[in-house]
Amino acid sequence: MSVTDVPVLAIDDLVIDIGGNRIVDHVSLSLGSGRILAIVGESGCGKSLTALSVLGLLPKAARITGGEIRLNGRDLLPLGEAALSDIRGNEATIIFQEPVASLNPLMRVGEQVEEALRLHRGLSANAARGEAIAMMARVGIPDASRRARQYPFELSGGMCQRIMIAAALICRPALLIADEPTTALDVTIQAQILELMRDLRGDVGSAIVLITHDMGVVADLADDVCVMYGGRIVESGPVEPIFAAPRHPYTKLLLATIPTLQGQRKMTLRTIEGMVPSAESWPDGCRFRTRCPLADEACVATPPLADVGPGHAAACWHSADVEALA
Amino acid sequence: MSAVASPRPHPRQGFGLRRWWPLAIVALVVLAAIFAPWLAPYDPNQQNLIGRLKPPGTVSRAFHYWLGSDELGRDVLSRIIYGSRVSLVVAFASVILSGTVGTTLGMIAAYRRGWTETVVMRVVDVFLSIPAVLLAIITVAVLGPSLVNVILVLALTRWPRYARIAYSQTLSVATMPYVRLAALMGAGATRVLFRHVLPNIIGAVSVVATLEFGLMVLFEAGLSFLGLGVQPPTASWGSMLSTGRNYVATAWWVATLPGLCLFVLVLAVNLTGDAVRDRLDPRFR
Ligand SMILES: Nc1ncnc2c1ncn2[C@@H]1O[C@H](COP(=O)(O)OP(=O)(O)O)[C@@H](O)[C@H]1O
Ligand SMILES: [Mg+2]
Repeated sequence: MSVTDVPVLAIDDLVIDIGGNRIVDHVSLSLGSGRILAIVGESGCGKSLTALSVLGLLPKAARITGGEIRLNGRDLLPLGEAALSDIRGNEATIIFQEPVASLNPLMRVGEQVEEALRLHRGLSANAARGEAIAMMARVGIPDASRRARQYPFELSGGMCQRIMIAAALICRPALLIADEPTTALDVTIQAQILELMRDLRGDVGSAIVLITHDMGVVADLADDVCVMYGGRIVESGPVEPIFAAPRHPYTKLLLATIPTLQGQRKMTLRTIEGMVPSAESWPDGCRFRTRCPLADEACVATPPLADVGPGHAAACWHSADVEALA
Repeated sequence: MSAVASPRPHPRQGFGLRRWWPLAIVALVVLAAIFAPWLAPYDPNQQNLIGRLKPPGTVSRAFHYWLGSDELGRDVLSRIIYGSRVSLVVAFASVILSGTVGTTLGMIAAYRRGWTETVVMRVVDVFLSIPAVLLAIITVAVLGPSLVNVILVLALTRWPRYARIAYSQTLSVATMPYVRLAALMGAGATRVLFRHVLPNIIGAVSVVATLEFGLMVLFEAGLSFLGLGVQPPTASWGSMLSTGRNYVATAWWVATLPGLCLFVLVLAVNLTGDAVRDRLDPRFR
């Protein structure tokens, strides 16, 4: 697409409430064509809900109480179920953590890759078959035409995730949301799948929202990062400056959790103290202040997400002091 | 089998006759029903009043009664062969009708939930709380006995069995990520149910269906036995049992032989159920 000034995905001031708790609090992000945006944070930070809201897949209890979501410029929130199901699997699609459970055990995997084509493009079985096999080969499934006739139980977890990716990309969606796509896979397979996603974005041209709690994955794959904590974006911007000089203590601590291998010796493996508090017990003001080494009385007021560099923003009163943090 | 753990639920068992003889018997009965006019030695309704209640092997006038004759001198073998038609037609038709209706309703109830679920499953409860035989007898008595009415009545009384199994199976399958995913990706309810849910529950449904098939053979026999099924002189195993019971003391073959056929067919059908279930699941192949 040559329309570079309209972002593929633009979320603006999104607010999601569940039972009186503000689970997603004024989240804004934007993603250009062919780019990869990582949303990072520990479990329970609201990453999945933010992503699910794009496809209209929020759980029943969740209510969007403010903001706007635009896909290729089109406002998604007013759309009904029928319009949304035209978009899902076609213009925007999602892959989940558990690839094996995401596949119908009694359907040949080739048919499952074709499904979106048949649904959205109305292709005949024969035409769809050819495209499905080509896409399966593209996502690195050897001997795709034979594999297409196999059932999920005949394939490994990594193969199943490749099948899911093929099924997700078969309609060449503008946006692919990958919610912890490699968490359920073992490390070597993880690396292969990430490698594949990196290859594919050039090839298929989909913009990718990659949800993860693993900073290592972000470094490997993403162009831009949004760090979320307690339902808010605490830091956002391009990968390089954020990795070089994080401006929010939470980002700094997340970065410190990446294990660094030097020869045989594992240099540092720091885990952040404490747990993400549950939504009911998020503190006023800065939500990270209960675990933050820099917290003081200023943090009782909510820090705004303020620019700290080109395209780089952080929500911390002490963002200038983060660098000095051990 | 060896003690080595297998990744498949059951390793494939013997593939030969040991596993498939029940199906062979069912096939034999089906063939007998289809080719009855060529297989039956005599017209099943042709009477021979001189040769009444003759034991198996008797020769009387133009008849050679391989399996004896009944109270009107009709050939029991020919009547058993023709009688299989009634049993099979009634059982097949009623199982397919009730199975289709019940499975569809059960799937819809479990998938739609809400008031659809409440209505369908309460109706199921009501039907299952009425003794099916009683319901069948009353309905046939009102509608009048005929082959078509027997089929309709059996379909009407038996669909709740399928609805209940389809309902409970669908409830669990519908929570699977692949079903939710298909729905989210724009597949309509019909497509989700018939493409994703049905293949996953058809094994359980077909086990019920084979049990029901045997039961339907017995129900038809029961209704015919009571005079509410096919009408004389049409041969059916049930009506043969019914009239034959008057002569059990003197001519055991008139009732016993069709009864034996009934027993073997129902047993074979029930045993076929397991084999069918296994064939429908690729993991068992
Ligand atoms: N269906 C739901 N009902 C109630 N609360 C929910 C539901 N789904 C998620 N939440 C809450 O929303 C918060 C964010 O969840 P989520 O977006 O799944 O986090 P993440 O993906 O970052 O791990 C969590 O605190 C969780 O307790
Ligand atoms: Mg999540």
